[in-house]
Amino acid sequence: MSLVELHAIHKSFGELEVLKGIDLKIEEGQVIALIGKSGSGKSTLLRTINGLETINDGTIMVAGKKVGDRDTDVLTLRLNVGMVFQQFNLFPHYTALENVMLSPQVVKKQSKAEAKDVAEEMLAKVGLADKMMHYPDQLSGGQQQRVAIARALAMKPRVLLCDEVTSALDPELVNEVLAVVRQLAEEGMTLVMVTHEMRFAREVCDKLVFMHQGRIHESGAPEDVFANPKTPELASFVGGLA
Amino acid sequence: MAYEFDFGAIVPHWQLLLDGVVLTTELTVIGAVVGVSLGTLAAWARASRAPVISQIVGIYVELIRNTPFLVQLFFIFFGLPALGVKLSEFQAAVLAMIVNLGAYSTEIIRAGILAIPKGQIEAAQSLAMNRVQIFRYVIIRPALKKIWPALSSQIVIVMLGSSVCSQIAAEELTFAANYIQAVNFRAFEVYFVATALYLVMSVLLRWGLKIFGNFLFERRSHV
Repeated sequence: MSLVELHAIHKSFGELEVLKGIDLKIEEGQVIALIGKSGSGKSTLLRTINGLETINDGTIMVAGKKVGDRDTDVLTLRLNVGMVFQQFNLFPHYTALENVMLSPQVVKKQSKAEAKDVAEEMLAKVGLADKMMHYPDQLSGGQQQRVAIARALAMKPRVLLCDEVTSALDPELVNEVLAVVRQLAEEGMTLVMVTHEMRFAREVCDKLVFMHQGRIHESGAPEDVFANPKTPELASFVGGLA
Repeated sequence: MAYEFDFGAIVPHWQLLLDGVVLTTELTVIGAVVGVSLGTLAAWARASRAPVISQIVGIYVELIRNTPFLVQLFFIFFGLPALGVKLSEFQAAVLAMIVNLGAYSTEIIRAGILAIPKGQIEAAQSLAMNRVQIFRYVIIRPALKKIWPALSSQIVIVMLGSSVCSQIAAEELTFAANYIQAVNFRAFEVYFVATALYLVMSVLLRWGLKIFGNFLFERRSHV
């Protein structure tokens, strides 16, 4: 049984159909990168996995259970599926520590002491033990993104979705965030990321999924995908990057 | 014949003025606390995607913002008894102020809510927080912070507008002033003093709201 199973996912924004029947299985411990041109539907696909986008048709199963459209179903889904965004989206009125502690306290009803222990552990893990009392606007982009990763991890999700987590960063800050993601991958965290960092994807991922015009056009192990693209679209996408 | 100013003529009535100031303050405090709370809930409802509630709130807001406060007050005090709702002068005045400030603050607070970046709400959703938790922990404090100056001004406006409540004989400051000048015919002196008192109260209220805002939005760790 896969951890997450998407079956025949369709999604339209008004007249525009952005996902035209997606089937995707995510196994426990797998690291998957969604690649493709902008507008190919990769971010939308990622956002359907934790219910930020509703789907028009198809089914999502998480840990063997079908996700319905009731609010409680979506909340249960999100307990299993964490997400990190391009724009960090830290809560500006809380310190780094409070950002990480908030949801375990209010959603999981952890005690303050318990939440603090977990938060400190997670912030140390992303290398920010010395920035816990800083507010988001006192942190660099790379630091903010690492807080956002710690915040998602504090909920102990089974899958972490990463939506272009380095795209809003200055080039010199990209590596500190990628290092954290790489470390998570090595620890066996299940990861699904939309990324433009092709070298990173190639090194870290088990599987690349190439999206084109709302469909999964081609997928496979990174070496195969890069070395032997089977379709002209992927060949041109990969070629364009070289 | 030159007018001889006699501010001393007010002195025997100081207790009435003081009572007026106290009542104006009471009206303002209750009206502000309940009115802003009402406005907060209404703004949340209006910013949410529940179409029916959002429309009901919309009608309330437009109804209040497009009619005079005096007429709203008369409706509550003179009109509602026809439906069996009899309110004292004070109750009617407080209710009118709550309803009025509620409508204006709805729009002000809604602007603050809409100014919260969508990504922060999505982040909170991704952390499995429900609507109520998101509003309480993620939205409301930054939203109020953004619009606090505008909201403070509106509260001051409502405090000054409470003078209209003298028209239903709620014994606030303007009522007291009217009464005193009817007794001693010292209109200039009485209204001069009443004006000064309103001025002082406004300045104090603004100052108090600023201090309260600083306290509310101050960066202090809760850990």
